[in-house]
Amino acid sequence: MNIAVIGQPISRVDGRAKVTGRATYAAEFSAPGQAHGVIVRSTVPKGRIGSIDSTKAEATPGVIAVLTHLNAPKLPYRPHKGFTDPDIGERLHVLQDDRINHQGQPIGLVIAETLEQAVHAANLVDVTYAAEPAIVDVGRVDPVRPTMQKTDQGERRSPETRRGDAQDALAAAEVRIDRTYVIPRENHNPIEMHATIAAWNGDQLTLWDKSQWVSNVAEEIASVFGIPAENVQVISPFVGGAFGSGLRTWPHVTLAALGAQVAGRPVKVMLSRREMYYGTGYRPHTVQRVALGAARDGRLTATIQDAYQETSAYEEYSEALTNATRFLHSCPNVYTRHRIAPMNVHTPTYMRAPGEVSNIFALESAMDELAAALEMDPVELRLRNEPERDEFKNLPFSSRSTRECYRAAAERFGWSRRTPEPGSMRDDRLLIGWGMATATYPMNFAPAAAMARLLPDGTAEVMSAASDMGPGTWTSMTQVAADALGLPMERVKFTLGDSRFPKTPPHGGSMTMASVGSAVQAACLKVRDEALARGGANDLAEAMQRVGQPLEASANVKPGGAGKRFSMHAFGAVFAEVAVDPDLGETRVRRIVGAYGAGRIVNPKTTRSQCIGGMIGGIGMALMEHAVVDPRNGRVPNGNLAEYAVPVHADAPPVMDVILVEEEDPHVNPLGVKGVGEIAMVGVAPAITNAIYHATGKRIRELPVTPDKLL
Amino acid sequence: MYPFALERPRDLNAALALRAQAGRNDAPVEYIAGGTDMVQLLQENVRRPEKLVSLAGLLDDRIEVGPQGLRLGAAATMAEVAAHAEVVERFPIIAQALLNSASPQVRNQATMGGNLLQRTRCPYFRDVGYVSCNKRVPGSGCSAIGGENRWNAVLGTSENCIAVNPSDLAVALVALDAVVEVGGPGGDRSIPLADFHRLPGDTPHMETVLEAGEVITAITVPADAAGLRSHYLKVRDRASFEFAVVSAAVALDMDGSGIRRARIALGGVGTKPWRVPQVETAMAGASLEPARLRQAAALAAEGAQGQGHNDFKIELMQRAIVRAVEIAGART
Repeated sequence: MNIAVIGQPISRVDGRAKVTGRATYAAEFSAPGQAHGVIVRSTVPKGRIGSIDSTKAEATPGVIAVLTHLNAPKLPYRPHKGFTDPDIGERLHVLQDDRINHQGQPIGLVIAETLEQAVHAANLVDVTYAAEPAIVDVGRVDPVRPTMQKTDQGERRSPETRRGDAQDALAAAEVRIDRTYVIPRENHNPIEMHATIAAWNGDQLTLWDKSQWVSNVAEEIASVFGIPAENVQVISPFVGGAFGSGLRTWPHVTLAALGAQVAGRPVKVMLSRREMYYGTGYRPHTVQRVALGAARDGRLTATIQDAYQETSAYEEYSEALTNATRFLHSCPNVYTRHRIAPMNVHTPTYMRAPGEVSNIFALESAMDELAAALEMDPVELRLRNEPERDEFKNLPFSSRSTRECYRAAAERFGWSRRTPEPGSMRDDRLLIGWGMATATYPMNFAPAAAMARLLPDGTAEVMSAASDMGPGTWTSMTQVAADALGLPMERVKFTLGDSRFPKTPPHGGSMTMASVGSAVQAACLKVRDEALARGGANDLAEAMQRVGQPLEASANVKPGGAGKRFSMHAFGAVFAEVAVDPDLGETRVRRIVGAYGAGRIVNPKTTRSQCIGGMIGGIGMALMEHAVVDPRNGRVPNGNLAEYAVPVHADAPPVMDVILVEEEDPHVNPLGVKGVGEIAMVGVAPAITNAIYHATGKRIRELPVTPDKLL
Repeated sequence: MYPFALERPRDLNAALALRAQAGRNDAPVEYIAGGTDMVQLLQENVRRPEKLVSLAGLLDDRIEVGPQGLRLGAAATMAEVAAHAEVVERFPIIAQALLNSASPQVRNQATMGGNLLQRTRCPYFRDVGYVSCNKRVPGSGCSAIGGENRWNAVLGTSENCIAVNPSDLAVALVALDAVVEVGGPGGDRSIPLADFHRLPGDTPHMETVLEAGEVITAITVPADAAGLRSHYLKVRDRASFEFAVVSAAVALDMDGSGIRRARIALGGVGTKPWRVPQVETAMAGASLEPARLRQAAALAAEGAQGQGHNDFKIELMQRAIVRAVEIAGART
């Protein structure tokens, strides 16, 4: 029996549970006897706690305990760095001393019988501060050289790179562009808020948590409490969106475990929307200077990118802000420099397509400016600079489908009907603009493990400590397993989200299918071979009947040497149409067409869904998202969903076309997949802002493009 | 949230009596109707009543159109009014303003009376992490002045407060000369909507002229506001579910292709729903010629004061007036 399930548009296996409310998210679990914890947070960005008085809070009904640095147990905080933690610096320690490192820092935990009692008592904790001058205005920080730069692949590289002499080449260039692009801080704003329930049983801890990486939650919390990682079980079957906010283990997880320890009973801590702006990271504010030099025929002769991003004063978060510049377009003289601006804020973190999405906004905006200066079609400019190999690594690409992406997307979009002059396309009062951008994101593949178990009735159970924040891991892994086992999907039960399952890398960086998928495939092939051999049959069902007892196999996969021989990335092209009201400054996106070369596509239905999500995320980035950081005190005054605008249904254009170009890549990983989670968002914002330029002749270099910027 | 007792009185008089015990604003006793704004303010600790008096079932929720004009019971929901056939036909700008507000879920819950009493979206008012807000804590200062003020007002401001009144409905209603019917311990009275909200002045915490214990019972719109050519224009960063950056309500009484009388109000720019009589006067007798409209709309900027980030609103509101008049004037 060989059923082709890979490549089929299978509906989500967990879809019914989700829409009927039977999928249980972190805060919806309930541990027997659980109490509720509410975090008290600082209202100054830097200094010391002068006094903290919890007498009133402790006296209110239902309060079990109020923890502050004055009475909280001292925690071991043994060294631990997960892949998603910054290499330099040390994570925030909660309730261990009187230091305030950022606005909204946890300084207390109130535990009470009910949520309402805890919320109320938290308001009654009286705090005074010895505030100190704080650096919270990103416009006034001198950026510095980071200690090192960590790429998405975990490679450590100098934050400054050179190929040829970009300065001289720029000075000598026939055509030059030299501009600065700014992206403000953005927050993940998943619909499901972060929540943790902690329950101790002796020295065993169970955590129900919203997480993109359960194994690291176990290891991080074990290190904080000084217990073996195997004593901590983390359960996280469903994640209601995360976009990176669930990659690290944030202080509230520690607080839940600490609260449960002190209270002697399970404690649930759920963050409010406003707390999210101080507690689970964000995309850092970036400032990027991009200078391009070109010959009249459009060939790039110089590329300079000088970029910096905010980070905290206690950790050096550094993202891949300059990586794509080094290889995306062919250019003999390239200089990139990455710097950081440490401030008294909480540490930023990965947010969908971290680094690349910001990098590409600046680079592809500059490319559009260059095309305009050259009076050349933006697609043609890119085709003229299409590299034959990765000129930075000096390696061939394992596969690169940019040409096919440009062609397919342009054709679907109707690009040939574009009139190049800004303001030349109209719909009644509205100015119509068509813009495009290139997209890229690295193929990430990290060590992963899975276990497969065959049962005598011919069904299979497969498990891995993976996560599904929305892309459809439950479904796509079931497909991979069914394919490898040669079983119909309904006979395969895949389960994820439990740290007791075989370990996986973080559910981020678009690496889940490459890594976990390859492990699932390997485990399934292994157990199938064993069953067929031991059962002495060619049919798996028959073989298992003969074996008569469950068979298990585990597999670990890790990248081979392909990364040394090839440069491995997904590539794409995004085309957008906008309508701009020239009098009122409102921009609405009418169409987006994206074409992606992302290797093998396991499930075109969930992939398309992911790509549409990325397009909508890109609309938010281009037109509305902006966490305002008060330069006076580091607060985020618009820390709610009314004043921090994310796209709503009416902002999603009626046409969002996703083209998945055929691409076979035998080098990347056993499944031949590259992942689409991040690349889906890359290139969308510059395609939109380039379209706005085409509509209006106005080049807005600071996101988001709100009406005031177009008046 | 602070603990409170929820009172569910049997009738309006009992409700009035409960509320009358307390003072005027942010008193320990508050009314709650649809609760769409109140619950947010409770959750964020902005309001801390000891007692909430529920008006559920106590207020008129009828929508009536008769020879006197339109009467909206205070408990009618935004959704009911927006979908009411006669409202849509004779007072379309009201339905339009409502449908441009909030989301369907909120509109199903929120009431007419509550809409007029919703508090500002000024983020410094809503974040108790800011100590200074004269509206929240009288005398504490204003965090919006000198802060990020893109959301804030350019008209009717004072050195103590620049918070915008967030209602779309009120902008349309004030353009139509609506009247607020009020009941209270001292009896019933009628207040023109234009006089209902106060300017912040030195007392930004006092937002309306309601006396202690008074409750909105109905809103009336005179019959002569019916059948006008109208448009509610709302400019915002996203396409739906967002408060106005700038809005303009325009209702025109046309004389052929000329304007006999224009009624114009602005939202998103004023500390209260902002009528612009000087613009209306300049447009009376005018044609729909863009330059003429533009000239008249410029008068809206009289007394406007930007704070930096919101300077653009002074220009944008003039453009919004012109566009809304053009659209309304082109209707048949």
